[in-house]
Formats: sequence, structure tokens, C-alpha cells
Amino acid sequence: MKEFTYVVKDSAGIHARPAGLLAKKAAGFKSDIIIKKGEKEVAAKKLLALMSLCVKCEDQITIAIEGEDEDTAYTEIKAFLEENL
Amino acid sequence: MIILKGKGVSDGIAIGKLYFYERKQLLVEKKMIEDTDREYERFEDARVKAIEQLDALYNKAVEEIGEEEAMIFEMHKMMLDDEDYCDNVKEIINNEKVNAEYALQQTKETFYEMFSSMDDEYMRGRASDIKDISDRIMKILFNAPTQIIESEEPVIIASDDLLPSETVQMDKEKLLGFVTMYGSSNSHTAILGRMMEIPAIINLQDKLKAIYHDKQVIIDGFTGEIYIEPDNKTYNKYIEKQREHEHNKELLKQLKGLENITLDGRKIDIYANIGHISDAESALTNDAGGVGLFRSEFLYLENNDYPTEEQQFEIYKHIAEKMGGKKVIIRTLDIGADKQADYFAIPKEENPALGYRAIRICLDREYVFKTQLRALFRASIYGKIAIMFPMIISLNEVKKIKQIVDEVKLELFNESIPYNRHVELGIMIETPAAAIISDLLAKEVDFFSIGTNDLTQYTLAIDRQNQMLEDFCDPHHPAILRLIKTVADNAHRNGIWVGICGELGADAALTEEFLAMGVDELSVRPSAIFALRKKVRETNVSECLKAGILDPYK
Repeated sequence: MKEFTYVVKDSAGIHARPAGLLAKKAAGFKSDIIIKKGEKEVAAKKLLALMSLCVKCEDQITIAIEGEDEDTAYTEIKAFLEENL
Repeated sequence: MIILKGKGVSDGIAIGKLYFYERKQLLVEKKMIEDTDREYERFEDARVKAIEQLDALYNKAVEEIGEEEAMIFEMHKMMLDDEDYCDNVKEIINNEKVNAEYALQQTKETFYEMFSSMDDEYMRGRASDIKDISDRIMKILFNAPTQIIESEEPVIIASDDLLPSETVQMDKEKLLGFVTMYGSSNSHTAILGRMMEIPAIINLQDKLKAIYHDKQVIIDGFTGEIYIEPDNKTYNKYIEKQREHEHNKELLKQLKGLENITLDGRKIDIYANIGHISDAESALTNDAGGVGLFRSEFLYLENNDYPTEEQQFEIYKHIAEKMGGKKVIIRTLDIGADKQADYFAIPKEENPALGYRAIRICLDREYVFKTQLRALFRASIYGKIAIMFPMIISLNEVKKIKQIVDEVKLELFNESIPYNRHVELGIMIETPAAAIISDLLAKEVDFFSIGTNDLTQYTLAIDRQNQMLEDFCDPHHPAILRLIKTVADNAHRNGIWVGICGELGADAALTEEFLAMGVDELSVRPSAIFALRKKVRETNVSECLKAGILDPYK
């Protein structure tokens, strides 16, 4: 399993559009991808759940990835967050 | 041939097919079913179709308005792909052995509740997206039409009455005219008809029947008559009448380029009221001296969320540039009362016309107001923008507005964003309160614009949407004309200019009075400009004054 934390820099947080893009991105991998904020955690592939996490600017989130393509997923999801959020 | 008679509220003749638009109330019934797999398949088929529709909408929107705005459809598509959402429907079907419609309804409520109970305002707004996507599938399950005008050829729309949000959604190129069962001459259907220069007939009551759908009809906006399946003689007569009307319009256009000046040399500005960026063209062809009222709320009504600063900036910049240095008076947000957008989440009010609307929302939700002001000031360097504020009742409101304007200017200054420091700021005079204290208000602003539609409704205590009151409503009531005169006098005493931007401005029966009062500007629908110019050029103000035209209003 691979895990990393990320602090959201986008002023609007993970609003609908990036959430959609992130869910789409995550769905492209076989691995389970979990996003945690505080006590709550959701599957990154599920858009509505991801939105319900309500991640705002400067919130810290933890991304946990487990599965056969976890290495690629790790690099790509991380790059996605840095670029878009 | 059947002839119906209603009230013509927008001139012109239209000949074409009648398209009966009915707002479908989808009543979801709970039904027990046995074949749960089959039932889920029904949902799944509908969901796939919904995604196809969204794909088509997305492509259309990218072409017509740009990728940024089209994103909403892409978003809805992704929401429809959500596992939890689909699983929820599946579980309800399987566990409760119920029909897909019922399971969908339950799922919609669950997710709607989830979003609308969130702390974050933006996320709460997403509840409307849940409603939207669920309703889309539901309509497919019910086999209900998804578009307002599902026709290849242009049609005459028939309906009980039309909401502003519905008129906004209509494909304008497919509209030949409107006929409605209810409404009044000031309702949105009527205003839209006049704006688009297409005929509109209202108040047909239950004479207008759904069975006339798809029938060939002629509508005469002058007389309020509708001919269903007209005979040859009538048809030919109307082809001729239509030609004559077009010719008359051409005649008026011969006045193009001429001054709005009276026989005795008094000049008046005639500007255009526009409700959409696409109306700017019509303002220019009809020789408008500027835009006297740009109704910014269309930006809000066409959106599923508050329009961003960038979105607004683009529109304001576009209109300022399009008018090529002519003045463009943009009215800030005038949502509320009969113009509602879901995402504003305005609680149901007992008395919306007297309720939470226009400047009241802006002063209460300052962030919404500031976003609009920032966009307006940023756009102010691209043309001659002036800003006006609706529904003012007090001096304090005006002071508060000016303070917020100053804050916005300072913000832009600190961010080194260019803006015009001398943008004219004006207020709408559309409440009796504002008219009565116009002497005080005039000291605070650069201009007044009298909104006669609301001023009439508030002065006479008559709801302008209520067709039962039409006989009681006298738009020429001396109380209103006295108020207008008071406002004009107070403006001039304080060295500011005054305009009229309501329907009354285009009323040729009052042009002499307005000229005599010294009104500086009349802002009217573009199609009324030439008729008004003609009237102005035939008027002699000093003669009118000598004849005591203003005596009843002293």
C-alpha cells in the first residue's frame, strides 16, 4: 500500500469539477484509492462521496492506494493533485 | 376553422404550427414488481439514454457558449456514473421489490438531502444538480419530453403561462410567437414577445386546448385573434397583413440616423432595454443611443450556480465593446419575486413582490454583490459602462452601496487591476418611497432611472401578474405621473439626469408629458425606438406646456 498527504491549494477546494476529474482519473486504475479527511474517508472513484467530503482550500487530505497498479496510480494521482488542486 | 380571442400583448402576425407546451407533473407511484432484474434494467436503459442526452447537450454548449459553461453537462454525466447513486437505486429495487421510478425518487431524495444538509454553501447548491440528473432519468422513464421546444421547424408556443426560467431555455430561433391561457400584459411572456418582436396573445383561458397541438394556426398580435386551421381566404388575407406589417416596420426604419428632436428643438435620448447579450444587435439596428437597461439577471437565471466574476466580466466587456462607446447602463442583480433561480435557495415567501429581492439580496449576500461589482468595474475600461441599483427605498441603502463600491474599487486598485474611476452610479426609482425622497437620493447618485412597471404595481397596489386585475390597473393613473414629475424635478434641481426604463417609456400616449417634464432619456424595447422617435419629432413641447399638459400633475 502507498500513502501520501496533500494540502489543497485551490481556493475553491475540491469542488464539483475537479472532483469529477479526480474520480475519472481514479477510475482508470485497478487499485483501491481511498481519500481521507479527518475522520472521514471515501473511495476516490465515487464522485458524489468525494464531493460530500467537502474538501476546502488548505485542508489536508491523505490518499491511500492499494492494488496491482499502485505505483503508477501513486505517481499519477499525486501529479494530478499538484497540477489541479 | 376555429377562431379564438385573447388579448394581444405584442404586435405582429405569425403563421405556423402550434406547439402545446405542458409542464408535466410526474407523479411517482409505488408499485410492487416481481422481476427486479428487469426493473433495474429499465433504470439502467434510462440512465444510459440520459448520458447520451447530456453528451449531445455538452457538444451543443461547447459550440454555442464555450467549454467552461458546457462543463456542467459533463459534470452531470459523471454524477450519473456514480456507483453509490446507481447502487442505491439497485438496492431499493431489490430489497423492496418496487418499480424503478419509486426507487429513483427515493434515491434522489437521499442524495438531495445529503447535499442540502452540508455546511458548505457551494456544496449545498449541488443538491440542485442531484435534482436535475434524477429528473432527467425520471423523464425518460416516463417518456416525457425533455426539451421545451422539441420541433425541427419554428413553432408558435402555446402554454398555460411561462416562467422566466422556461423562456430563457427556449431556442429563440424556433419561436414564431406565443399564446398563453393566463398571464397579463406585463408578464414575462408578453415582455419577451415584444423584445423579440414576435406576436404574443394571452388570457385565452381554457379556450386554448391541448388538442390544437401541431395544428396550422395564424396568430394576430394586434387583435388578439387566433385562427386554427384557417381557410384559404383567411390565410391569404393574413399573408398580406404580415407583409404590410413588415413594410410598416421598414417605414419606421427610414427614420434611422435622424435625431430624437422635437419640433421646437428639444432633444431626448432614446436608449434600448435589453435582457440578453444577443439583444445588443437589435438595439444597434434600431438605432438605440445606448443601452438604458441591461437586465443582468439573465446571467443568473441561465446558470445553475452563481455566475463567476470571470463569466460576468466577459459578458459585460462584450456588451460594452459591442455598443462601441455608447453608454451601457447595467442594472445589478434583480432576482426575487417572479424571477427565481433554485440555487439562491430563497425560502418560500408569503409576499415575494414585497420580499427578499434585488438590492436586498445584494446587501445581505455581499459576496454575490461584490463579485458582480468587481466584474462590472473590470469591464468598465472597455466601453462606457454605468451601473444602476434596483429596488431602492432608503438613503442608507444608497450609502451602504457606495461604501461597498468604494471597497471594491480599493480592492481592484490594490490588485493593480485597471478600472474606470468615473463610472456613473445611478438608482432605479421603482418604489413610491424612493420617488417621495428623491430629493435626498439625488444628492448621492449620478442619475435616476424610473422603473415604471414596479412603480405602478407598488403605487396602485396591483399585482402585475394577476390578470383578474387588468380592469383595475390604469397605467396612466395620475398618482404615477405625479410621482414621475416629482422625481424629474428633484433630479434636475440637483443637477443629475433622469430616465424612464419601464414599459411606460414606450407609451406614445405619454411621450408629450415626459418631454414636458424634461425627462432626459427614455429606454425602451429596441422595436419601439423608431415609433418613439417619430412621436418625438412630431411633438412641440412649448405648445404642450402652454396648453397646460402638466397641470394635472402639479
